[in-house]
Amino acid sequence: MGTLAFDVAHLFAGGLVLISFMLLYQDRMTGLINIFALHAVVLSLSVAWQAYVQHSPHLFLTAAIAIIFKATIIPLSLQRIMVRLRIHRDIEVVGGVGVTMLLGICLVALSLVVILPATAAADPLAREDVAFALSVVLLGLLMMVTRRNAISQVIGFMSLENGLILAATGAKGMPLVVEISVAFSVLIAFIVIGIFLFRIRERFDTVDVQELDRVRGGGR
Amino acid sequence: MSLTVALLSIAALLGAAGLAIALARSVEATRIIYGLCFGFSLILFVAAVVPRGAAALTAALPLGLPWIGAHFRMDVLSAFFLAIVNLGGAAASLYAIGYGAHEKHPSRILPFFPAFLAGMNLVLLADDAFSFLVAWEFMSLSSWALVMAHHHDAENRRAGFIYLLMASFGTLALLMAFGLLAGSVGGYSFADIRDAAHGPSWKSGLVLALVLLGAGSKAGLVPLHIWLPLAHPAAPSHVSALMSGVMTKVAIYGFIRIVFDLLGPPEFWWSMPTLTLGAITAMLGILSATIQSDLKKLLAYSTIENIGIIFVALGLALAFKANGMALPAALAFTAALFHVFNHSLFKSLLFFGAGAVQGATGERDIERLGGLIHSMPRTAFVFLGACLAISALPPLNGFVSEWLVFQAVLLSPSLPQWSLKLLVPAVGVALALSAALCAGCFVRAYGVAFLGRARSIAAKDARETDPWSLSAMSGLLALCLLAGLFPSYMIDTITPAAKLFVGGHVPTQGDIPWMSIVPIAESRSSYNGLLVFVFIIFSASVAALIVRRFGSKAIRRGPAWDCGYPDPSPATQYTGSSFAQPIRRTLGNVAFVARDHLDMPPPGDTRPARFGIEVHDRVWDGIYTPILRGVEFCADQLNRMNYLTIQEYLGLVFIALVGLLLVIAIWP
Repeated sequence: MGTLAFDVAHLFAGGLVLISFMLLYQDRMTGLINIFALHAVVLSLSVAWQAYVQHSPHLFLTAAIAIIFKATIIPLSLQRIMVRLRIHRDIEVVGGVGVTMLLGICLVALSLVVILPATAAADPLAREDVAFALSVVLLGLLMMVTRRNAISQVIGFMSLENGLILAATGAKGMPLVVEISVAFSVLIAFIVIGIFLFRIRERFDTVDVQELDRVRGGGR
Repeated sequence: MSLTVALLSIAALLGAAGLAIALARSVEATRIIYGLCFGFSLILFVAAVVPRGAAALTAALPLGLPWIGAHFRMDVLSAFFLAIVNLGGAAASLYAIGYGAHEKHPSRILPFFPAFLAGMNLVLLADDAFSFLVAWEFMSLSSWALVMAHHHDAENRRAGFIYLLMASFGTLALLMAFGLLAGSVGGYSFADIRDAAHGPSWKSGLVLALVLLGAGSKAGLVPLHIWLPLAHPAAPSHVSALMSGVMTKVAIYGFIRIVFDLLGPPEFWWSMPTLTLGAITAMLGILSATIQSDLKKLLAYSTIENIGIIFVALGLALAFKANGMALPAALAFTAALFHVFNHSLFKSLLFFGAGAVQGATGERDIERLGGLIHSMPRTAFVFLGACLAISALPPLNGFVSEWLVFQAVLLSPSLPQWSLKLLVPAVGVALALSAALCAGCFVRAYGVAFLGRARSIAAKDARETDPWSLSAMSGLLALCLLAGLFPSYMIDTITPAAKLFVGGHVPTQGDIPWMSIVPIAESRSSYNGLLVFVFIIFSASVAALIVRRFGSKAIRRGPAWDCGYPDPSPATQYTGSSFAQPIRRTLGNVAFVARDHLDMPPPGDTRPARFGIEVHDRVWDGIYTPILRGVEFCADQLNRMNYLTIQEYLGLVFIALVGLLLVIAIWP
């Protein structure tokens, strides 16, 4: 059981990192949202596996939250927003995919270098999980930095939250309150950002944040 | 028991602050709140001086940080400073019962005054870095609110701003000092810091520098003193008395607590920055005081001088302690604490007097006062007593503590290090000069403000101040005299603290006959305040008797001799700036780049001749102006950061995060 538990957890966490990479280079809006849904599904599988391994049934609730909200409701709503904004066929210009991917690989290496020595005493399952979680967080941040489209930024932010949940469930004994609050924060972020998208659209006919900067007209 | 009473009284003071808000509209609020403050301060004073066992009292309260709580401890040093703070607090409250009645907006002062007292008391009792810093900041902020009480004046707003900046800078320095002391383990309670052995390393030197900055900025150490002469005139007089007489002492407590207690055994070179800064502070403080004409500014600069003297004494104690010379170390330490006590008495009294003068005339400028000894005889008497005490004239208390400091200076040839052998006498010379200048400064302040003829209508129409204020001032003067006449009692009170912090103690003075004090050995030096007092009284009475008996029998009042100039205008009197002119010309051209400008029109020109004085603040020009310029430059450069895109902001966060992770990865 010991090695199996470790291997499966490793598989899911590694899969999450891999899907983060897929998010990083995906330039079609529809595809991006589908991949995000996949990200959430893998997360919920990983959390569910942790719940099974750690014998902590409350983690199943977290998994359910992940699969219901993040894998279903949020992607569906985002699809609907895009249809209403008529940007679902858009292709975002992602400059320098190769460079971005290389940067992403460096970030994963960095998080392994940072976490593995720092947690030498911790149990190996938690160690690997935390290292992967940090990679997911950094990749999410990288995505927010490299994208210009508001929806991609929202998705980058939510994949970052997924990384946080992965870290929270990887360590034993994290109380449920944290997970619920994290889930809700994502939901609230989604609602707020969704409303802002419409506002931006109403005002400026675009969700490209560069347009916003032009309107604000800073002293650049 | 004492600690419990003290903590309860502090809580009660905080309650009084709340009550002051509730009573904001009541007419009687002033009397009630200051009365409560007086009562609680007295209780705290009694709790501090009541005899206790040798062991320190401790208490832990579940306040502040969860799981850590707040630790309080009362040892001999805290008790000594607690007594000083609450003596000053009680006097200020008593004074304010009368003085506060003139306040136009009492609700701007009443809630903060008890809070300020509570903050100072909490600093003295704190036993972990967290509580210490919180209490320290609480003290700073409540006193800032008091400085800003009359905020309609632009000058006061500037004073408040500079005070706030200096206070936060000082707290930052202390925060970093505690961070270094706690080390990577993060034991922030003072007991943990004491247990962690601090070997001689660059760290303790850095902590010393940070504490000199942190406590020095609160105490008024040059070049961090700039806020005192601004904030003290801005605050109401009873508050300036507290800030000057008492709060600076809390800063000294912080310095002693960290450097003598928490930092472990000292090294000899620690004393050198302390001595040098102390000497510079003393000299610059008293020189600035001598050329001031604003009475409260003058007193603030004189506080800076006294802080310098105290730091010199503490530096000496460090030097002797580092060389294992217990008796001289105890002598210097005793002198420092004695001077802390004395200064808190006479400086509070002087500020009360300045407040009384301001209340009676509306003037702080001594050039517009004069002749107050006729209209305010009682205030003039107590103010004279305080001037004598601060000028270190026997038999008052100021003499004893300064004499003890010089006794310690005279022991410096026995120090093994040549650097100290050369430095300490130089510092001693600076102290002697500043003591002499101090006497001159207060002759000038008293002579110009209280003697002669009134220079303005306000000074002529002055009325004696109220009995509450007078009782507070008389009480402090009586204590000054008592501490000067019976210094042996004070020295014996300080002895346990000296034993605890420098490992030695001066011989017990209480057993010596005739109330003499003999700090080292009879063959070396001794002093008897009572004898000097009796001699002065006796010789003065005899002289008066002889003059009366054999001189003119009748007293008559005639016009003052006017040197043959029949001009009755009081403007022909000797002024404060003319009194200060010799000092300004001899020493001021170095210290302040002082220049006199005489604009004499040629014969035939009808324009008036003009005489102007130009004085520069070297500290401000040399240190603060470049800093301000640097800050402005950086702000200008950072200004363009205001206009980044959201990606660029995220990118900054991202780069910062990756950078920090890289630091961890490279330098674990």
